[in-house]
Amino acid sequence: MSRAAELTVLDPTTSPAFPVAAKTMLRDAQLRKNVRHATEVIQNKRARVVGEMPDWQQLREAGRQIRTHTMANLDFYLEEFERNCTKAGGVVHWARDSAEAKQIVTALVKASGSGGEGATEVIKIKSMTTEEIHLNQALEAAGIHAYETDLAELIIQLGHDQPSHIVVPALHKNRQQIREIFQREMNLPELGEKPEDLADAARRFLREKFLRVKTAVSGANFLIAETGGVCIVESEGNGRMCLTLPETLITVAGIDKVLPRFQDLEVVLQLLPRSATGERMNPYNSIWTGVHEGDGPRSFHVVLMDNARTEVLADEEGRQTLNCIRCGACQNACPVYRQTGGHAYGSVYAGPIGAILTPQLQKMHYAQSLPYASSLCGACYEVCPVKINIPEVLIHLRNKVVEQKSSLDPEALAMKTMALIFRSEKRFRAAQRLGRIAEAPLVRRDGQDGGWIGWLPGILGGWTQVRDLQEMPKETFRDWWEKRGSRGN
Amino acid sequence: MTGGRSEVRVGTETTVDSSGARTEILRRIRAAKGATPVAAAVEREWTAIERGYRREATREREAVLELLEDRLRDYDAHVVRVRPDEVAGSVAAMLRERGKEKIVVPTGLAAEWLPEGGAFVVDDGAPATELDHFDGVITGATVAIAETGSIVLQNVAGQGRRAVTLVPDYHLCLVRVEDVVETVPEAMDRLRATADLPTTFFSGPSATADIEMTRIKGVHGPRFLDVILIG
Ligand code: SF4
Repeated sequence: MSRAAELTVLDPTTSPAFPVAAKTMLRDAQLRKNVRHATEVIQNKRARVVGEMPDWQQLREAGRQIRTHTMANLDFYLEEFERNCTKAGGVVHWARDSAEAKQIVTALVKASGSGGEGATEVIKIKSMTTEEIHLNQALEAAGIHAYETDLAELIIQLGHDQPSHIVVPALHKNRQQIREIFQREMNLPELGEKPEDLADAARRFLREKFLRVKTAVSGANFLIAETGGVCIVESEGNGRMCLTLPETLITVAGIDKVLPRFQDLEVVLQLLPRSATGERMNPYNSIWTGVHEGDGPRSFHVVLMDNARTEVLADEEGRQTLNCIRCGACQNACPVYRQTGGHAYGSVYAGPIGAILTPQLQKMHYAQSLPYASSLCGACYEVCPVKINIPEVLIHLRNKVVEQKSSLDPEALAMKTMALIFRSEKRFRAAQRLGRIAEAPLVRRDGQDGGWIGWLPGILGGWTQVRDLQEMPKETFRDWWEKRGSRGN
Repeated sequence: MTGGRSEVRVGTETTVDSSGARTEILRRIRAAKGATPVAAAVEREWTAIERGYRREATREREAVLELLEDRLRDYDAHVVRVRPDEVAGSVAAMLRERGKEKIVVPTGLAAEWLPEGGAFVVDDGAPATELDHFDGVITGATVAIAETGSIVLQNVAGQGRRAVTLVPDYHLCLVRVEDVVETVPEAMDRLRATADLPTTFFSGPSATADIEMTRIKGVHGPRFLDVILIG
């Protein structure tokens, strides 16, 4: 019954490069329509609820500072978390990499069956960390079936599919597609196609599991060092079911999930829901600390997993990537993601955050194309609730990619030249003037404002193979600004 | 998946020895960013974090209560505001309206809040399969946040264990006006002293937007929520 074998997984070490995968996605009109619809809805909702917060920028700044401070003192806070969680009756484990994490979870699940018999089933809350390490496949290989209980994850699991968004993993499926999956997999030929019918089918399908299965696996949104508590944010209540009803709860968390104090939740609990789903607060937040007599699991484990996060920490310019609270806002805002959907990124982390996180978590070698899967328009930076400067990290990673390639590589040369130019304002301005003169013969007019360049000569040709380049404006912003300033208005 | 099992001992008392990994991860962190910080310095740094956001209410008291009522109605909850001596009558009316009869209540719920003659069963820690047979649950609340329409429950008298407010399909929640705050930071201030208790925030009934971004109420948690504001 090993379904693991036939599942293809989003694994950067085996996935095709982004441009190749993206081409396939671009041909899937239905997928693009679904993605566009979903991201538009969330973005509009997000804009509305962020707009009603007069202190949004102050919250972002506090969020950034809290996360930066945490990373600078990560060892301190992890040890504090471990101490307090243990004191409250939890058991803390450490895993250097995904193999160790999977091994620990598998052993804990097997040990969790009461009366000496190992558990062969677990219920799971949606968790990107367990997706990252492909935990379900490992459990399956060990004879343990994991039931995903988040509606979107259930759709993906039953559809033998892969997540395509951090927050709404099944946004690439529409209701007809979901209905077909449920009809087939839940054996419900009469199932209606209203969203309510589908949610109701999931409720009935899963309630039996919630009431029966004795072991649950979760991720964590936040680990609170001060109290040893864990916080999970969700919508459906499936999370509460998993956290509350089973006898054993195993939480897998990246070491980057720690927060210094209970009070810090007041910042992230304002930033996360508004950014992620455009809600003022998500329907449920659960906070629990170790085990509590007569309430919730009797046995609680936390697996603190590194899996290359310390390598990201060691890279000063890339370090801010660890500040991410996985809200997915950057995905919704990204024009590239909105065209291709998530699967093209070949990793469970898609969109701008995936473009910077995956290459760092997975040894650059496997994800060299991802830092280029962006137009550097800056939309991701603007929406990021903890102000991660994604474009800055992308450029940094592009440099690293280039360094890895031969220094005679044309792109490497171009990048070096660019760096030289960008470093000096005088050179930059001179280059802009030069560019305007040099491009003149290449510009194609299409009757509207501004022309397009469909072809560039020599080593720059690679750029125009996949996109048109807009003609440079007649005047740079700086020139315009300076002129405007001198006119005194 | 089979390699390395030797370091994992599996028994009724589970111990998985990951002390080697622990040492290594802490070593890597220190190598990545410099020496282990000193508690006092970390404390000073944490205190210096700029918190320029709103930490206090900005609205009039009455406006805060109205905001909460609005937010809750947004989630389709019935909301009424009553005097303390009217609670039991109001509870009876709500239950009648929703057609709920078999109700579970946590220990320590104020007796005067419950109407006489109702079928109220005090939670005795029964398994979830039994909770599943109740029509609904009635609880108090620790604090409510007007700005987000959230209500916070902790494991204390009158609110009980988490499963009680999770499994039944209907939740009637009694909130005293003095426990209503405007902002999230005010709520966190109040919760701090009891931060180690199991804590649940809920904002409206269970919902999902996973199907074409349509908000569908009630996937797994209670599908119906009513609130009585007292005072
Ligand atoms: S990078 Fe920022 S916007 Fe993107 S998922 Fe992380 S926190 Fe959200």
